[in-house]
Amino acid sequence: MTPDIALILGIDGIATGSIYVLVGLGLVLIFSVTRVVFVPFGDIVAFSALTLASLQLGRMPGTVYLVATLAVVACIVVTVHHWRRGEPHRIGRGLIGYGILPLLPAAIAWFFAGASLPNWAQIPLAIALVVPIAPLIERIALRPLADASVLLLLIVSVALTFALSGLGLLFFGPEGFRTKPLTTEVFRFGSVIVTSQTILMVATAIVFSLLLFLFFEHTLAGKALRATAVNRVGARIVGIRPSNTGTLAFLLASLLGAISGILIGPVTTLYYDSGFIIGLKAFVGAIIGGLISYPGTAIGAVLIGLLESFASFWSSSFKEVTVFSVLIPVLLWRSLSLEQTDEEDAEVEG
Amino acid sequence: MIARTGVIIVIVAVAILLAAPFWAAEFTITLLNYIGIYALVALGVVLLTGVGGLTSFGQAAFVGIGAYATAWLTTAEGASPWLGLFFALALTGIVAAFLGAITLRLGGHFLPLGTIAWGLSIYFLFGNLESLGRNNGITGVPPIAIGPVSLAPNDAIYYLIWGVLAVATILIANLLDSREGRAVRSLRGGVVMVESLGISVFRIRLVIFVIAALLAGLSGWLYAHMSRYVSPAPFDLRMGIQYLFMAILGGSGHILGAVVGAALITLLQNGLQDLLPHFAENGQQLEVIVFAIIYVLALQFARGGVMPFMLRYLPKPARHAPAIAEPLPRRAMPQAGIPLLTVQDLLKRFGGLEAVSRVGFEVKAGEIVGLIGPNGAGKSTVFNLVTGALKSDEGTIVFLGQDITRAGQRRIARAGIARTFQHVKLRPSMTLIDNVLLGTYVRTRSGFLASALRLDRAEEARAGAEALAQLKRVGLGEQAYDQAGNLPLGRQRVLEVARALAADPALIILDEPAAGLSRPEKLALADLLRGLRKEGVTVLLVEHDVEFVMGLVDRIVVMDFGSKLVEGLPAVVRADPRVQEAYLGSVA
Repeated sequence: MTPDIALILGIDGIATGSIYVLVGLGLVLIFSVTRVVFVPFGDIVAFSALTLASLQLGRMPGTVYLVATLAVVACIVVTVHHWRRGEPHRIGRGLIGYGILPLLPAAIAWFFAGASLPNWAQIPLAIALVVPIAPLIERIALRPLADASVLLLLIVSVALTFALSGLGLLFFGPEGFRTKPLTTEVFRFGSVIVTSQTILMVATAIVFSLLLFLFFEHTLAGKALRATAVNRVGARIVGIRPSNTGTLAFLLASLLGAISGILIGPVTTLYYDSGFIIGLKAFVGAIIGGLISYPGTAIGAVLIGLLESFASFWSSSFKEVTVFSVLIPVLLWRSLSLEQTDEEDAEVEG
Repeated sequence: MIARTGVIIVIVAVAILLAAPFWAAEFTITLLNYIGIYALVALGVVLLTGVGGLTSFGQAAFVGIGAYATAWLTTAEGASPWLGLFFALALTGIVAAFLGAITLRLGGHFLPLGTIAWGLSIYFLFGNLESLGRNNGITGVPPIAIGPVSLAPNDAIYYLIWGVLAVATILIANLLDSREGRAVRSLRGGVVMVESLGISVFRIRLVIFVIAALLAGLSGWLYAHMSRYVSPAPFDLRMGIQYLFMAILGGSGHILGAVVGAALITLLQNGLQDLLPHFAENGQQLEVIVFAIIYVLALQFARGGVMPFMLRYLPKPARHAPAIAEPLPRRAMPQAGIPLLTVQDLLKRFGGLEAVSRVGFEVKAGEIVGLIGPNGAGKSTVFNLVTGALKSDEGTIVFLGQDITRAGQRRIARAGIARTFQHVKLRPSMTLIDNVLLGTYVRTRSGFLASALRLDRAEEARAGAEALAQLKRVGLGEQAYDQAGNLPLGRQRVLEVARALAADPALIILDEPAAGLSRPEKLALADLLRGLRKEGVTVLLVEHDVEFVMGLVDRIVVMDFGSKLVEGLPAVVRADPRVQEAYLGSVA
C-alpha cells in the first residue's frame, strides 16, 4: 500500500465515518433518554435515501404508504390508550400529533406525485416524510412497554427491525437506488482528489454534532433531555414527562438519521434492507463510546469508517466480518476497564 | 385428582410421540424433527435467558458452527459423523468459552449487542470462506449410522432427535434442582447478594453460556446430518431471534417451554407459509412482518409465555421433604476472646464526601458487637467495606489473621463472614428453603456435571437438612416451601439471617435485623443471637432499636458523620454526653 492509497482510503473512511457519526449520535440520544437500544434506526437512513430517489424519479415514494400505515395504527393505539384510561378529552390532541402531523408531508408528496418537484423542495420533503417513522414506531410498540427492562426493550427493538425490513420490501420493492449527486465539484490537493461530496458529508456531520451540543447546553428542552437521561425519576419530580422527552429524542434522532440518508444516497446504492448493517456499524461506534458518551461515539464511529475502508481494500469479502469482529476486542477493553457493573435495574424480576 | 389427570396427559403425550412414525405422514415427521432440533437450541435459551437472565441473539451462529464443523469434517475429510459430533461440540464449546470470557463480565445490554455482532460476523464468515463452499454451502453430508443401522430415513433420525432432546431436558432439569442450579436461578436480580454468598457470578454465567452453546452445537450436528446439506441461511440473525422467541413464547422460565415454543413457532411458520401466498406475492416478507407483530404483542401482553397456562393442567412437582440426613460438618470456631476482626483507619470517599473517615475498631471472637449511630453515619458503608461489597480507599481490615482489605466478596465469604442486607436481598420467586440453601453454597462441592448426573444427592440431602434446621431455628420451618416473596418484610429479614447461618460463618454481620419485627419477634431474634454467641459465633450488627441493642450486645461502637465517636460497654456509651448529643442534638 502506497501512502497515496492510504490517504485515499483514509479520506474515504472519514467520509463514511461521518455518516456513522450522525447515526451513532442518534442511537446514543435515543438510548440515553428512553433506554431503548433502537436497532431499526439504520432503516431510517436507508428509507430517507430511497424516498429521495423516488422523488427524483418523479415516483410516489413508498414512505407515503409506510407513514400512513403507521399513523393509522398509532391513532388506534392512542385512542384505545386514552379511552381505557378514561380520558377521552386527550384523544383529540393525540390524533393531531400522531395522525395529522405525520400525514401532512405524506399528503403533500401524494398530491405532487408524478409532478417533478424542484430540487430544493425534494430534500426537505424527503426528510419530512421520513422523520415521523421512528416516533410513530415508538408510540405503537415501545411506549406501552416503557416500564420494562432495557433487555426486554432491546428484544422488542430487534423484532421491530425485522418488521420494518418486511415493510420496507413491501413499500419500496427489491430494487436498489442511488440518488443524484448533491454536488459534483472536485478538489485536487497535489495527487489527492477530494470530492465536494466528501467535504459535504464531513462538514454536515461536524455542523450537526455542534448543533446537538449547543441544543443540550443552551436550551431548556435540551436540558430536559439530559435530565431524563441522568435520572428518570428525578426528572419526573421536577415536572419533566419522560414520554415527552422520549418523543423529542426520537424526533431529533430521526432528523439525524434522515440527513445521513440524504448524504449517503449519492455515494452508495441502497436497498430496502441496507439500513440494518449501517445501523449496526454505527452501533459498534457507539459501543466504543460506551453508549453514553457523545464525543466517544463520534470518535468510535470515525474509527469504524476508517476500519471499513481499509478492510475493504485488503479483502472486500471479509469487510463485514472485520467490522463486526472488532467489537470483540472493544468489548474486551471495556470489560477490563470497567469496574464490575452494578446492575441495579436487574434487581426487579423482568 | 388434578395431579393424576396430569400424569395421564404426560403419558399419553409421550406415547403419541413414540408412535409418531406409525401414525403420522412423512411431512408430519419432518415437522416434528425440526421442532425437536429447534427445541434443543431453545432449551439452551431457557437456561441462559429464562433462568440465568442473559440474553443472546447469537445462538443461531452456534448452531451454524456445529453444523458446519461436522459437515466439513465428514465431507472434506470423510470422517464418521460421530467424530463430527465430537468436533462440532469441541469447536462450539471453545468459541463460546472465548466469546463468553470476553463479554460476560459486561452488564446489561452489552452482551446482547455483542451477540448480534458476532452472530453477523460468524454468518458472514460462513458465506465467504472458500473451504465452506461460500454461499452455496456444503452438500453431500453423510447420514448418521448407529452400527449397521442408517439414520438416513426421516423416521429413523426422528428417534435420535427426540431421544437427545429428552436426555438433554432431563439433565438440565436435574441441574436446575441442585447446588449450581440454585446459583443459576439466583442470577436474576443483582449480583451483590450472589457474590456475598461465595458464588462466582462470572463462572456461573460462563458455564451456562457454554452449556447453551453446546446444546446449539448439538442441534447443528443433528441438523447437518438430517438435511444432509448446510448453507449460511439457516444460521442468520433472524433465526437467532427466532430461537429467543421460541423460549419466550413457550415460557422462558420453564424447561418444557422450550419444546412448546419450538412447536408453536414451527407450526405457525408452516401455517403462514401455506396461508400468506393467498394474500400477497411477497409471502416470505409478510411472514416476517406477521412474526414481528406476534413477538411485539406477546411481549406486551403475555411476557410469561404459554407455559404458565399449561402448567395449571400438568401435575405439580411433588414437594418431597428432604431425606433425613446429617447436617453438614461445621467449622471449628475460633477461640473466644482472640481478635477476630480488626479494622484500622478505614476510609471511603464517594466523590468529595468522606462517608467513612478513619474508623477503627476490633471485634473479639464470641462477642456481640453493636454498631450504632444516626442515619447517614456511615454504618452500612463500613459493613459493605468489611464484606467486600465496596473497596476502601485507605485502611486495613484483618479477619482471623488474614488481610482482607483488598479481597473480593467471594473470598471474604469463604473466609467465614456471612452477612444480611439493609435492603433485603432475597429471590422472591424461590422458596424459603431454596433461599437458605444458597447459603450452604460455600460449604458444599458438587459441580455442574455431578448435579446433571444426579451424583450430588447425598450432599444435597445434607444441605437440605441443614437449611431446614436453620429455617426451624429462626421460626420459619413451617413455611419452608412457600415463596420467599410472600413473607412480610420483617420475616424476610429473618430469612436472610437463616441464609447467613446456613453458611456456618465465624462472623455474622447483620444490617438492621430487627427492623420491621414485632416485639415478640425481636425478643426471639435476641434469644437466637445469644444462642449463637454460646456456640462461639461472633455477631456484628447495625441496629436502630437502641433498647434491642443495649440488652443484647457486649460492646457498642458509635459512629457519627463517618467517624467513630465512642466505643465501649453499653452502659458507658449510653451515659456518654457526645452520644446523646449526636442522637438528640446539643442542649445548648
